[in-house]
Amino acid sequence: MTEKIKGIAASSGIAIAKTFILKNPDLSFERQTVSDREAEKKRLEDALEVSKNELTEIRNTAEKSLGKDKAEVFNAHLMFLSDPEFVGAIRSKIDDESLSAESALEDVSTFFIQTFESMKDNAYMRERAADVRDVSKRLLAHLLGVSFTSPASITEETVIIAEDLTPSDTAQLNRNYVKGFATNIGGRTSHSAIMSRSMEIPAVVGTKTVMEKAKDGEMAIIDGLNGVVILDPTAGEIEEYRRKQAAFKEQQEEWKKLVHEPSKTKDDVHVILGANIGNPGDVAGVINNGAEAIGLYRTEFLYMGRDKLPSEDEQFEAYKEVLEKMDGKPVVIRTLDIGGDKKLSYLPLPQEMNPFLGFRAIRLCLERQDIFRTQLRALLRASVFGKLQIMFPMIATIGELREAKKILFEEKDKLIAAGTQVSDGIEVGMMMEIPAAAVLADRFAKEADFFSIGTNDLIQYTMAADRMNEHVSYLYQPCNPSVLRLISKIIDAAHKEGHWAGMCGEMAGDATAIPLLLALGLDEFSMSATSILPARSQLLKLSKEEMKKHKEAFLNLDTAEEVLDYVRTKMI
Amino acid sequence: MTEKVFTVTSEAGIHARPATVLVNKASQYSSELKIEYNGRQANLKSIMGVMSMGIQHNAKITVIAKGSDEEEAISGITEIFKSEGLGESES
Repeated sequence: MTEKIKGIAASSGIAIAKTFILKNPDLSFERQTVSDREAEKKRLEDALEVSKNELTEIRNTAEKSLGKDKAEVFNAHLMFLSDPEFVGAIRSKIDDESLSAESALEDVSTFFIQTFESMKDNAYMRERAADVRDVSKRLLAHLLGVSFTSPASITEETVIIAEDLTPSDTAQLNRNYVKGFATNIGGRTSHSAIMSRSMEIPAVVGTKTVMEKAKDGEMAIIDGLNGVVILDPTAGEIEEYRRKQAAFKEQQEEWKKLVHEPSKTKDDVHVILGANIGNPGDVAGVINNGAEAIGLYRTEFLYMGRDKLPSEDEQFEAYKEVLEKMDGKPVVIRTLDIGGDKKLSYLPLPQEMNPFLGFRAIRLCLERQDIFRTQLRALLRASVFGKLQIMFPMIATIGELREAKKILFEEKDKLIAAGTQVSDGIEVGMMMEIPAAAVLADRFAKEADFFSIGTNDLIQYTMAADRMNEHVSYLYQPCNPSVLRLISKIIDAAHKEGHWAGMCGEMAGDATAIPLLLALGLDEFSMSATSILPARSQLLKLSKEEMKKHKEAFLNLDTAEEVLDYVRTKMI
Repeated sequence: MTEKVFTVTSEAGIHARPATVLVNKASQYSSELKIEYNGRQANLKSIMGVMSMGIQHNAKITVIAKGSDEEEAISGITEIFKSEGLGESES
């Protein structure tokens, strides 16, 4: 019987194939002692041998399909299996306590897992605990003679159904056969979701029930565009989805042709399409999708998931890498935006009633100048490796902008005095995300080299609606005329002083908002890398002159609904 | 027996990749190699032993070698500390 299950769209595309259900093997066993210790050690050696061969194969496959970096984890697994302390301890347990190999393995792996997990302030070591668990499971399965359903064994076109996919599972997926997957748990940023996007396999995660409802070997449709899984679809549904699949492929081909094309409108006006990134590792995707700039590098990720502040050198390396890889294309690096919903374990901040209105971003940096100055020095030193644009977040007053710039120039002078090379062409701009700054944009434009509009915060502050609170989520209205008027004011103010204005929020990549933003004169649109080619394709069909004719009309509408209706009927 | 004291200067302490290099180097020698930190000893030929010590930035550690090639082992390990930017020896 056909069954439709909703989940989270993790990776776009449509897959239609038979299911392959990835079950966790039953690894339960009775603890016991043995009389023949030599035979027991022989069993251990055999299981080690098989596990090592298996892991070597997985590593080689992973190196080919995912790259050396991602395959590194299997080298660690292999090293564990040859480790004198690990294997030695298992052997001695068999020798000294006559334990069965399974029991000895359990004791030893538990000891190491607990040791690693107890290093509380060390996230890296806690991850190693997961590695010990993963590798011990493999060894145990071979000791018990339980077959480990391995995704590597798949040799026909399938979609994988699983509770969740571990790194070792995803590394073994053969893209020739695995057409898509659906999992019970996970969200858009979970490991499996990120992997599916980088492998470009359609995926739906977080379905909660797909594992229970799916039957092995039945047909299934994974709709990664809408986050839907259809189990045992009707012939009609299969037909319908084959058409959707073909249309999506055709569209992707169209988009791919635009990778090396400039972003131009129908009437030949050039706008810049940039990408938002969080890590140097994201740059590959930025280049593959043909971005002309990085419109927002969120540096807070450098500070997160660790136990102390990143050093100046560490930051320098990261900024340098991004600038070099972008090969002279503009890179807007935003200084630390921490506080609000983003916290650091090693930088305790006071509990606040309204964290989004509290001690965060530039407010925190001006107070904690030690942190701020370290980052600015790293940025200045990196500036000679590309086209750097420094951006301050959460600026509300001219005083804050002046103070931030003063600190920047002090550090610049110190570096130059010490003989360090610093680029002369660094632009220094600010985020426009606080209504107070937006209203006074004409004055700010005299002191900032560029503006980048952060729509998520600008909307939340303009509408006085917490974007995390679902009861007021209806107030998140990017196309509300009041928001559009603020955006218009910001862009006009920048242009009046001969500067450029960009946007780095969700809105910049939204197909409905793009005609409006083009009409308002936005120069740079920065979005997630995968939105760039669709946006470039859309721009080719829009004339800026035509769009501008609508500006007065839509800025004088009453509601967001009216604006949306106006765009859809008159502008697209 | 030959031993040498090192101060760990690497910001991240002795973490994954350099620990791997260190263990691989140690495994090339026939001498018994131990690492001592905070009154505890671990086998320098064991990645799990080395990692489970949780050696952090600024730690003082002693490398102890016992065997026919102990001198070579200590100088080999010193090389790795230098080339991996892990730390400096006392003397």
